[in-house]
Amino acid sequence: MSQTEATARRRDWMSLLARAPAARLAALAPDLPTHELLRAPEIGAVMLEGRIGGTGSRFNLGEMTVTRCSVRLGDAVGHACVQGRDRDHARRAAVLDALLQGEQAGRIEARVIAPLRAEAQARRGARAEKAAATRVEFFTMMRGEDQ
Amino acid sequence: MYVAVKGGERAIDAAHAWLAEERRGDPAIPELTVAQIREQMALAVNRVMAEGSLYDPDLAALAIKQARGDLIEAVFLIRAYRTTLPRFGASRPVDTAAMAVDRRVSATFKDLPGGQVLGPTFDYTHRLLDFALMAESEVPPAPTAAAAAEPVPHVTGLLDRDGLIEAEPPGEDAPADLTRTPLELPADRALRLQALTRGDEGFVLSLAYSTQRGYGRTHAFVGELRIGRVAVEVELPELGFAVEIGEVELTECETVNQFKGSKTEPPQFTRGYGLVMGQSERKAISMSLVDRALRWQELGEDFTGAPAQDQEFVLSHCDNVQATGFLEHIKLPHYVDFQSELELVRRLRAEATALREAAE
Repeated sequence: MSQTEATARRRDWMSLLARAPAARLAALAPDLPTHELLRAPEIGAVMLEGRIGGTGSRFNLGEMTVTRCSVRLGDAVGHACVQGRDRDHARRAAVLDALLQGEQAGRIEARVIAPLRAEAQARRGARAEKAAATRVEFFTMMRGEDQ
Repeated sequence: MYVAVKGGERAIDAAHAWLAEERRGDPAIPELTVAQIREQMALAVNRVMAEGSLYDPDLAALAIKQARGDLIEAVFLIRAYRTTLPRFGASRPVDTAAMAVDRRVSATFKDLPGGQVLGPTFDYTHRLLDFALMAESEVPPAPTAAAAAEPVPHVTGLLDRDGLIEAEPPGEDAPADLTRTPLELPADRALRLQALTRGDEGFVLSLAYSTQRGYGRTHAFVGELRIGRVAVEVELPELGFAVEIGEVELTECETVNQFKGSKTEPPQFTRGYGLVMGQSERKAISMSLVDRALRWQELGEDFTGAPAQDQEFVLSHCDNVQATGFLEHIKLPHYVDFQSELELVRRLRAEATALREAAE
């Protein structure tokens, strides 16, 4: 696997772990292996940026709460930065990030990542379907002068 | 002169205890949970996040509960909290073109790629009180339809393709940050947008309305209004690449404004921009109108003295925490200040009386 591919895969699972509802992640991966905390879960903020006109210069939109955590598990170092203020969420995501770099990757992928991916798609799909139902279908009415 | 400055402690403690009791209201009525506020008062939560300038629905809901529904007080609580947070960095600029839209309407084009999507809007409701909401009831599920996987491009992009609207080329300079350096005037557009997006909705709305009524008129059309979720990507220094760490709901408004051209620019449409946390379309539209009005100088337009064109006026007064802090502080003890005023008035009166008596 090339470096870019490996990076793309890690980005993908880190994103799913971060965006998962904390309770759901805890249900999917209730027991964490022993690990060393390199950086204990820490709550902070990230400044959200936008672009003027959607495409132009950057500007500050306001902050968002995040929690970050780093752990060591054997040879692997796991990192997490997740939206919100849930320390357990950040710690669990960091441990899973470390596990996904090791021999257990296949098992974690199947038991945790795959369900999270399906659920994220379903959540997004459900909103998109409701939005689609509110899409206006215009039809042109016959006007008097056309007759 | 000696002025008593101690002695309020017992009274203050009692006042706060009573406040807690009043906040709870009638104990026979079930207590509101923070989750209930977050889910069922979502637009109030959005407003507190936007003006508090911190995206965290749970904290905003808590602030609303603590503030007994006083949204400016809730914004104040959020602003105070955010000062305690270490800043880990900045996100990549959010890509609103890739937004998963709940709502997307254009007032300038009827047919456009991605379509007109109404979303969960108050528009077209009759604004009649719905007494059914006084009783608990099950809400029937909203209808669904197959979602097309087509992109939803920005309307201004369509105009830009034909050169009919000013271009908005990407800029990569790190923007100035109001929360780090005090506001200095004149402020560039990025800084003005930061101030407006966290500005008081009522104030920004009234300014925008004043431009529509002729005080700095900009002839705005809502080219596009979109509400939905965008991914937040953050570069993690440990890894050297950006990771999606969550998503936020945003409202974006782009106005298309008349412009007759200048010495350097051909006649074309110009833009106003609004981007606000949460579902906040009144605020986003207002922000884009005020943004456009503030651009008079850069576009070579006349300054007509309208408040919405005056960035010192707009930026110095749009923040409701600053405003309420200064306004409300005058109710706090000013015994010493007032004592000196009292002395002064007494002396002036005595002098005036003496003069009158001397004249008589």
